[in-house]
Amino acid sequence: MDFATFLIQCLNALQYGLLLFLVASGLTLIFGIMGVINLAHGSFYMIGAYMAYALAPFVAATFGGGFFATLAVGVALSVVLGYVLEWAFYSYLYEREHLQQVLMTYGLILVFEELRSLLVGDDVHGVAIPPLLAGSIALSEVQQYPVYRLFISGVCLLLALGMYFVFKRTRLGMMIRAGSANREMVQSLGVDISFLYRVVFAAGVAIAVLAGMVASPVSSVYPGMGNSVLIICFVVVVIGGIGSIRGALLAALLIGVVDTFGKVLLPSAAGVLVYVLMALILLWRPDGLFKS
Amino acid sequence: MSTDKGKVAFVVLCFAALALYPLVAGKFGVDLVTKIMIMAIFALSLELLVGGTGLVCFGQAAFFGIGAYVAVKLSPESEPASLLWLLPASVLVAAAYALVVGALSLRTKGVYFIMVTLAFAQMAYYVVHDTPLGGGTDGIYLNVKPVLGSLLDLDKPLVFYGFTLAMLAAVFVFLAVLRRSRFGRALDGIRVNEQRMRATGFSTYPYKLAAFTVSGALAGLGGFLFAVKDGFVNPELLSWHESGAVLIMIILGGIGHLRGALIGAFAFALLQELFKSEAVFGAFAKHWHLGLGLTIIVSVALLPRGLVGLPAQWRARLVGAASRRAVATPKEAGDA
Repeated sequence: MDFATFLIQCLNALQYGLLLFLVASGLTLIFGIMGVINLAHGSFYMIGAYMAYALAPFVAATFGGGFFATLAVGVALSVVLGYVLEWAFYSYLYEREHLQQVLMTYGLILVFEELRSLLVGDDVHGVAIPPLLAGSIALSEVQQYPVYRLFISGVCLLLALGMYFVFKRTRLGMMIRAGSANREMVQSLGVDISFLYRVVFAAGVAIAVLAGMVASPVSSVYPGMGNSVLIICFVVVVIGGIGSIRGALLAALLIGVVDTFGKVLLPSAAGVLVYVLMALILLWRPDGLFKS
Repeated sequence: MSTDKGKVAFVVLCFAALALYPLVAGKFGVDLVTKIMIMAIFALSLELLVGGTGLVCFGQAAFFGIGAYVAVKLSPESEPASLLWLLPASVLVAAAYALVVGALSLRTKGVYFIMVTLAFAQMAYYVVHDTPLGGGTDGIYLNVKPVLGSLLDLDKPLVFYGFTLAMLAAVFVFLAVLRRSRFGRALDGIRVNEQRMRATGFSTYPYKLAAFTVSGALAGLGGFLFAVKDGFVNPELLSWHESGAVLIMIILGGIGHLRGALIGAFAFALLQELFKSEAVFGAFAKHWHLGLGLTIIVSVALLPRGLVGLPAQWRARLVGAASRRAVATPKEAGDA
């Protein structure tokens, strides 16, 4: 492997890992703070990708179009979606056992997939890369790297930094952290914890939707795309330690590297490598890398 | 004691109905119920872990799939294998894999345990899916179905129906006895409070490992039956969707009761058939996931203890209504 190829694979690993982090961060937040196992989280990623495809003509007609306008509209819609879903379904799950949560969110996956099929159909679609980011950077005489993939990494990094800032540096983040430690205590101090949960949930959904939208030009848009992401994201969450954002970031990057280089170096075993990694890490540290 | 008798009567009635069913059913019905009975064995195997021991395994499909693959791989090309060694072989290989997986994954707890069992199941899935050992995505066919001398020819649907029913009954009785044994009581204790079990002098790890291995063996039995029924196996048998579906079955039926697994398997499969039926839903049957998903969501909202808890829920409601009537003023009671 020459240096340029190596660099390309490193960048791919980084981009894949950061994208996984975006989806997994919402999962680990909802899990760590509200204690809900949300199997339907992968569906939000799928919904995002389909939004990027289906909203584009609509946005073009109303706002004059553009990929970034679609992103903005999608994120706004997803916040509303998350808020309504939390109110209608998830708020009833906090008191229930984990297995009941698994059952209901499994039901939601089926519903989301079928609604998608009814509204948009079952075809595979592509999403055009915005012209502004369509170019490539030459790494050697024959190899080049698409700008759009760098853009994905950049967006993910910005969001990760933003999340870190909100959590560690703002009053809202402080309340959320306190709420995850002791729900009743925070409530008795006068914080509206139900509203707080609703905000966290909506943010988790919006981030997953944004990840799906940003990834859609690279990954294309297809039925069932949420499920594969869901399982990998659970792996990320568990390796990182449930509820730990820092752990999720590290685990996502680790999986990005193992998966990307696994596909290049050991193609026949690429699928299994991630799970071997997870089993090894959990046998070494049964509570994940960073237990919160 | 009377409720215990009621439970036994219910289960005996279920099995009697299953035994008589082929007399009234057509080819399609026999085939469907055979499949559901196999799923019920699969669900019972998981119930031993989830309801019996408090271990939520999200990789049960691996043992099921391994049982199925061993049955197909070990069968000779052109002559029938004997049931006498093929069935034990499938069950043992599944149990051996469960022993290894259990030994490693029981080091973790809670959600981590769920995910480690998933990881080991995914490994088995990719081994079958990506290596020449498993024949790839297309799967492999079982050319000649196993026989037991001239006594049992499993190629005949009715013989296979009877055999599956016998196996289901055997598994059910085995688990019912196991649950009432000292071993089963120890598992109960581990489920309720493992710390306290250890404090009372039980080394809990071997108990959990034994339960995990037995569960894997039973799932392997289900897989064996599945492979013989369809004469075909593919990697999807080991996928996490299957592990998820069987988990949904026992939750729907009601965790902590063997008959819950039975009821759940039937309810899940029949709901699937209902929503898939074009006679009922016409062109909309294509979107059968929607109906199934909504039913699952509603059942979470209305049935916190699963279908098994339904009679108790009704009774509580009746008692509640009666006591409300009792405390109501005489005038209101008179109105009612």
